[in-house]
Parts: sequence; C-alpha cells; structure tokens
Amino acid sequence: MSDVATQAGWVDPPPRKGFFTDTSVCIGCKACEVACKEWNGVPADGLDLLGSSYDNTGALGASTWRHVAFIEQPGQGPADFRWLMSSDVCKHCTEAACLDVCPTGSLFRTEFGTVVVQDDICNGCGYCVPACPYGVIDRRIDDTSTDGATKNVGIAQKCTLCYDRLGDGLTPACAKACPTESIQFGDIDELRERARSRRAALHADGVAEARLYGDDPDDGVGGAGAMFLLLDEPEVYGLPPDPVVPTRELPLMWRRAGLAALTLLAGAVAAFAGGSR
Amino acid sequence: MVPDATFTSYYERPIVKAAPWTHDIPAYLFLGGLAAGSSLLAAGAAATDRPALARTSRLGALAGISLSLVALVHDLGRPSRFANMLRVAKPTSPMSVGTWLLMAYGPMAGLAGAAELSAALPPVRDSLPGKMLGAVSTPAGVLAAGLAPAVAAYTAVLLADTSTPSWRAAYRELPFVFVGSAAAAAGGLAMIGAPVAEAGPARRMAVGGALLELAMEHQMEQSMGITAEPLHAGQAGRVMRASKVFTIAGAVGAGLLGRRNRIAAAVSGAALLAGSAGTRFGIFEAGQASARDPKYTVVPQRERLTYTEETSVTPGEGV
Repeated sequence: MSDVATQAGWVDPPPRKGFFTDTSVCIGCKACEVACKEWNGVPADGLDLLGSSYDNTGALGASTWRHVAFIEQPGQGPADFRWLMSSDVCKHCTEAACLDVCPTGSLFRTEFGTVVVQDDICNGCGYCVPACPYGVIDRRIDDTSTDGATKNVGIAQKCTLCYDRLGDGLTPACAKACPTESIQFGDIDELRERARSRRAALHADGVAEARLYGDDPDDGVGGAGAMFLLLDEPEVYGLPPDPVVPTRELPLMWRRAGLAALTLLAGAVAAFAGGSR
Repeated sequence: MVPDATFTSYYERPIVKAAPWTHDIPAYLFLGGLAAGSSLLAAGAAATDRPALARTSRLGALAGISLSLVALVHDLGRPSRFANMLRVAKPTSPMSVGTWLLMAYGPMAGLAGAAELSAALPPVRDSLPGKMLGAVSTPAGVLAAGLAPAVAAYTAVLLADTSTPSWRAAYRELPFVFVGSAAAAAGGLAMIGAPVAEAGPARRMAVGGALLELAMEHQMEQSMGITAEPLHAGQAGRVMRASKVFTIAGAVGAGLLGRRNRIAAAVSGAALLAGSAGTRFGIFEAGQASARDPKYTVVPQRERLTYTEETSVTPGEGV
C-alpha cells in the first residue's frame, strides 16, 4: 500500500507526520493555542467571554488553529465532578475533503502527508469550508480591531502542522509548548501504536471510557493525521461521531447529475416535438 | 424506528461550518439554471423557426450567464484572484468542473445572445462584425444548448459534495429538482418575452419542469430523514412554501391560460420565475441552517453507527 504523500506525487517522501492528542493528560493550559498563534502569526479573533467553562476561544476557525475544549461533568468520577479538556486541531485527513474540492489547487498534500493552504493561490471561494466534515477550515474575515492590518483576509486558513518547522526537522509549536505531552508529534505509524498502548494502559487501570478517535485507517476519512484519546463520546467534545469525507459519494452524485442532465435534454426535445405550436 | 431526538453537543455549538457564501450563490443557482434552460429553448426555437422565442431565450441566456459570473466572482474572498480557478482542472472538485463548464458554455451563450443584440441594431447588424456574429450564432447556440444540461445539473453536486447535512443528504434528488427548476424558469421567461403563438414549447417545458421539480422535491424530503426538517423551518421553510405556491400557480396558469392570453402567460411566467428562485434560495438557506445546528450532524451519524453496530457480524474492539 502506498503512502498518502506518494499518492500525491512525492518521490521518496519522509514518513507521514501527525499528532496524537492524549486528552487524559490535558490540563487546559492553552499553551498550544498561544504557541500556535505566536509561531504562525495567526491574528486575534475577538476577545469574548463565551460562558462555556474556561473556553473563551469557541471553535477552530481561520484564526484559531488549536482550540482547547473544556467540559464540566457534575456527578461523574470519584470526586463527583469531572473536567474534560481537549486540544482540537485539523485532522490532516488521509482522504481530505478540503483538498478534494479546492478548485484552485491552493490546498495541497505536503511531503509529510499533511494538508496545507498556499496563501498566495487561494482565491477565497470558500468551498473547503462546508466540505470539511469536522468544521476546521474557514475563510478569514477582517478583524476590525486590528485596523485592517490582518493578513490573509478573505482566504481559507487552517493548521499547517507547522510546515515551515517540519521542513527544518522541528516539532510543531503546539506540541513543543505542551507541558504534559498531551500533544505528541511524530510519525503516524508510531503514534498509532503509542495511542493504542495508552488506551490499553488506561483500560487496565479501570478507565473503561478511554477510546481512540481518528486512528482507524478504515474510517470515513481513511484515518486522520491527527488522532485523539478521548474519555467520552466525540460529540461531547464537539467532534462528529462518524465523519465521512463527502467526496466518497461524488461518483454517485455525478451519476445522478448526469441522469438529471439527460432528463432535461430529453424534456427540451419533447417540448418541441410534442404538441402543435 | 423513530430517531432519538436527544443528542449531545459541545455547548450547542455547530460541528461543521456553514459555507461562507452570501446570497450571490443561490442567485447564481437560479440565474445559471435560467440561462441553461433558455439556451435549450433558444436552440429549439432556432431550429423550428420561432424567431421571437429564439430572441427572448438567447437574450435571457446571455443576461442569466452574465449576471451569474458577476455573482460568482463577487462571492470570492479575493475576487481579483478569480483566474486562479483556471490553474487546474480537478474532477474531485465540482467547483472546478463547473468553472470549466462555464468557460465553455458562457462564450457560446454569449455569442448567440450578442447576435440577437446586434440584429436589433441595423447599423451593427450590417457591419462586418455583425455579419460574422450572425453567421456563428446558430452553431454557437447549438453548442450552448449541448452544454446547458450539464450547467443546470452540476450545481446540485456543488451543494451535495459538502458536509452540510441538508445538502449532502439530498444528493440523489437534488439534480432533478435543479434541472426541473431551470426548465420552469426558462419556460417562464420565454412566456413573458415571446408571443403565445410561438411559446408552445416554452409552456410545455415550463409545465414539465415545474412538475419534475415539485415531484422530486417531495421525494427528496422523504429520503432525507431528519435533515429534511430545515426545509420546513424558519426563513427557509417560508421561502420553500412560497416557492411551491408560485410554481404550482405558474404551472397551472401556463397549462390552462398560457396559449390564449398573453397577459395570463406573462403572469404565469413571472410566477414560475419566482418559484424557481424560491426553490434555490430555500434549499440554500435550509442547508446553511442544517450546518449551524449540531443536531443534523450528530443524529444521522449516531444512527449510522448504531445501525453498523447492530448489523455488524464481527464487532470491532472496544471503541
């Protein structure tokens, strides 16, 4: 089976890179959010108190490439209260909807198997935004608080897995900044092994609810480049429970559209052939 | 089994993102469909010696496709980079396929329409460019008509090939709804612009298109499960209901009165145009609403997982 970067045309690519985010050790410090913003020069996107625990970031978006979710669960766990924290990020899917539907070729597959926007190519058509089954990528809007100094306004933006750092053999900023190794960076195959042994260890410790998300190459996106260990259902964290890349059904969709087009053509012919004038 | 109405979400926030598109896009869906249907009518009219029907339809196609391109470019985050669409041709991107379709269709529909404009101005018509335009108008019109069905149908795939729940779940029927809507709109426009004596094919196309649109829209709602809800709720629901009233009224008017009375034909045609536009705006808005409510992302996926677990012969290891 050939590698995703090889399929994209790279010759002898390096091993596929990705993240394993072990949410069981996340302490909600948001160092990942800050490090990402700092390194990538991601602009501010509002300062709001959202009333959702310690989460005042809200969701991934054009100017939020790491997002720490906070879930308060009263009545759970030994302390009768449980706090779930999880740092979300672009999944860098094996079958990436954003990449599939991009009409300019701005989104591309890097030699590391990741999916990256080329800022100078994107024309802001916005098609990748509804295509993503996780709601990760978005078109950047001008933040008036920065006096028009915001860069890349009007084009699609998301996590690059620190493409520039990877090229220099460095760890992405978020993983580097994470103080608990909740965010782990490395070769996908190794990370998958690590994730599975971590799940096994937690199960052995009696944490039966520990589960992996995005680790299965047979899932709806062909396996994610960013996988997670979660302690509850994915939707509790704002993740889709069973995401499927829309392009999987595209051949069927084209077939239906072809039939419809033929129906219209036949109808037009019949409109002229049938009846008098 | 009645689907479980309860679901979990993260502070009721959306999971997928709604398309960052304004009303430019449903306007394009309508205008592009109108142009495509009009090109078909125009080619038929030219072949069957119906000059007024050909003129109306060619001008309608020219106007429709011109306004479409304005809407499409205007909706880009960086309109000045429109030409980047032409860097690649990607069959996995319905927008790329559509771009190339429009690049082929637009000039053909444009030439046929321009020939009608020039024919209305004798000094232009009798000049060399005017004569050349007149000579290419028929082949251009035939080519435009050949591409028109694809132009009318592909926009359904454009919407369906997304994670927007109410668009994606509609992928089987949506192309038929859209081509029906295109035929109804083009027939309606021709009933306004062409005398009743020439407009027979336009009336038949309008009635046939309206019936196809209504029938397939009904079937679509039956097959969409919970994601059909946004088609009935709020703004989208109001637009969809109004659109159905206009389409039915326009089709009945076209069928019963269209051949007798020019005024009645024009009023029916206007109703069909309004109905077609309403369908596009309603389906667009319903999709956007479905993306903003995590229910429509979570519930169908949960149902799928439950179904897979229940029918799985070899259950996977603990999730």
